[in-house]
Amino acid sequence: MSDKPAAKADSVTAPVEDPDFKLATLQNRFEEAGRFEASDDQLLDFYKQMLLIRRFEEKAGQLYGLGLIGGFCHLYIGQEAVAVGLQSALAEGKDSVITGYRDHGHMLAYGIDPKVIMAELTGRQAGISKGKGGSMHMFSTEHAFYGGHGIVGAQVPLGAGLAFAHKYREDGGVCLAYFGDGAANQGQVYETFNMASLWQLPIIFVIENNQYAMGTSTVRSSAETEFHRRGAAFRIPGMDVDGMDVLAVRSAAEIALEHVRGGGGPVLMELNTYRYRGHSMSDPAKYRSRDEVKDMRENHDPIEAAKAELIKRGMDEAKLKDLEKDIRAQISEAADFAESSPEPDASELYTDVLVEKY
Amino acid sequence: MATAIKMPALSPTMEEGTLAKWLVKEGDQVGPGDILAEIETDKATMEFEAIDEGTVGKLTVAEGTEGVKVGTVIAVLDGDESDIEDGAPAKSEAPQDVAGEGKDTGREPSEAEVTKSEAQAEPVRDPEVPEGTKMVSLSVREALRDAMAEEMRADDRVFVMGEEVAEYQGAYKVTQGLLDEFGAKRVIDTPITEYGFAGVGTGAAMGGLRPIVEFMTFNFAMQAIDHLVNSAAKTNYMSGGQMRCPVVFRGPNGAASRVAAQHSQNYGPWYASVPGLVVIAPYDAADAKGLMKAAIRSEDPVVFLENELLYGKSFDLPDLEDWVLPTGKARIVRAGSDVTIVSYSIGVGLALEAAEELASQGIDAEVIDLRTLRPLDTKTVLDSLAKTNRLIVAEEGWPTCSIASEIIAVCMTEGFDHLDAPVLRVCNEDVPLPYAANLEKDALLKSSSIVAAAKKVCYKD
Repeated sequence: MSDKPAAKADSVTAPVEDPDFKLATLQNRFEEAGRFEASDDQLLDFYKQMLLIRRFEEKAGQLYGLGLIGGFCHLYIGQEAVAVGLQSALAEGKDSVITGYRDHGHMLAYGIDPKVIMAELTGRQAGISKGKGGSMHMFSTEHAFYGGHGIVGAQVPLGAGLAFAHKYREDGGVCLAYFGDGAANQGQVYETFNMASLWQLPIIFVIENNQYAMGTSTVRSSAETEFHRRGAAFRIPGMDVDGMDVLAVRSAAEIALEHVRGGGGPVLMELNTYRYRGHSMSDPAKYRSRDEVKDMRENHDPIEAAKAELIKRGMDEAKLKDLEKDIRAQISEAADFAESSPEPDASELYTDVLVEKY
Repeated sequence: MATAIKMPALSPTMEEGTLAKWLVKEGDQVGPGDILAEIETDKATMEFEAIDEGTVGKLTVAEGTEGVKVGTVIAVLDGDESDIEDGAPAKSEAPQDVAGEGKDTGREPSEAEVTKSEAQAEPVRDPEVPEGTKMVSLSVREALRDAMAEEMRADDRVFVMGEEVAEYQGAYKVTQGLLDEFGAKRVIDTPITEYGFAGVGTGAAMGGLRPIVEFMTFNFAMQAIDHLVNSAAKTNYMSGGQMRCPVVFRGPNGAASRVAAQHSQNYGPWYASVPGLVVIAPYDAADAKGLMKAAIRSEDPVVFLENELLYGKSFDLPDLEDWVLPTGKARIVRAGSDVTIVSYSIGVGLALEAAEELASQGIDAEVIDLRTLRPLDTKTVLDSLAKTNRLIVAEEGWPTCSIASEIIAVCMTEGFDHLDAPVLRVCNEDVPLPYAANLEKDALLKSSSIVAAAKKVCYKD
């Protein structure tokens, strides 16, 4: 028990006084629960989604090399289990999702048509932002996917705003706000932690720790590299999750969602993951050894692990091969579409600057 | 020896106040820190403490007295008025510090404050006001509050957030009474965290609400400008028209009074340079109300620039149920034929004063209030130029890369054939705003400079 005075009774916004706040409350629950017990169909579905992201990103890398995709292009290869594991637990359309510029995977995990995503990457009229946003700026209000933001860390308070709207409207929704280990050092992230906890906003902060903030490793940039502990000062419980295991991610997501939906306020999850490619297409990734990348690919790959588990469960390998073939076909269709679609009409230059006419 | 107790200046903009209540009576013993009286300033009711020890000899101003000028003797300790060498209000005495306040009281009011004189000219009726409409007098502060309250009543998606907007009733009392009417769900005190809450407001707008985000002043919005420019302004375009961001960022902008460089800056040109934003900067109460309501209803992100020195100034406002003005329309506030003075916000008052002075010298000036800085109503400006053939811009802000620069470019590219003289701009001096009263005055836009520029383009100097 604590002898701290109770929250002021007439204060509407003050957090519920919890003298026994423990950083690891949810972590303990998560460890007890273990991995998500997926049915064969569920696991197959996760595998399929992760593979779709992998093949999509490989193709995007290829198109970038051909000059069909310009500017900055940040690939999600290696991190697939994070978006798939988390978003499979959400109520699509009711809950909202927001992320930074490495956003292709999060959209694909929501089942958004790869064609309109790829066409956005090639800057075509048929792209999801009519070719005006590009790789880093894609949105789907239909799926309550709110971007796609290019400024490192900006999506964190924006996500709290979405969570604020859920609470204000009492629609039961939760916001999932992704950011990286690099963004985790931005000041606005902590401004947001404070408000989210103070106002008990329904938000899950997801730090995708892919070990490198562009070219700077976490140990060179962060005084506290256990990012899940960083909510402690704001009384936000943390969760430390293996982001290379889709079933662990899904299990953690359910525990976090239960807490937030129950009115428990925000949760901070650290998803330990790894990006195989450079920060963006123009990054030669000289800051890490080939062996390090090789080890992750060979021993920790989320897709290979899911595949191995499916086979172990007795899944027909021929069926998996067919599935892989289907995905390749789907991606190549998306790429053809993205290459052959017309560029935006010149008149699009002036549309959508403002909604209204003044 | 008797000591005079004078009406203190309790806010940077206070020139006079109401002696609401005496908390001591004649004959009482008082010591340092004892509360003598409650004084209503232009912003709040403040307690006024004794500095010296003594016996209250005489209360020279009765409680309830309004309009007591700063520096007026309101009480005498240890004696009465006759014991004081000069009991009269210190009109021309040297600046005197009020202990504990750090503000001098005998100073000359700055030029910007002088705009509180009434405009004498026959005002041009706003064409938006129907003939025969009853007018009521309202301060800009009240007009803004009423606009927010009306829109909050009409649309439950509208809410207000910012520092001290709720329980404190607004740092400048613009949100006064909103908490009582709408409750803590819709009138939200934030921590001091501009970048954070600007982002939360922007995100809430993306999520379908209608936030009004108050910055205590726009100087502090510098901490948050990324969300205004990168998050709010660009969303609709970057999403191909999918994702809207109907947020209003509002608060005082421009120089206040004696608050020096970091608190005195006009951000109009900054925000007006950004495609995707609507930028509004009203002058009078009618425009403040009508344009605030339009801003809240707009589907676009709006930066609404108010002016602290105008908050307390009252204007006639049409007594209409739903007074909403069109965004993006300038207004001719004084018709004239010899020269056009284009201005906005506090500059309009100075331009009107200058026009009066010019009239007395035989020059008939037309004054245009831009009201909206983006999108800019170039048609009204160019039509006026076509009529007068001479134009100057009066702007309370720096000259470089200013709204004035923009107006000059518009006149050059689209009104060249109508120009009988080069377009001149009259702005603040190109320096950080100094604190010292004389230097501040020298740095700010003033009506005499507007008069001089107008005469110059009329070749009458």
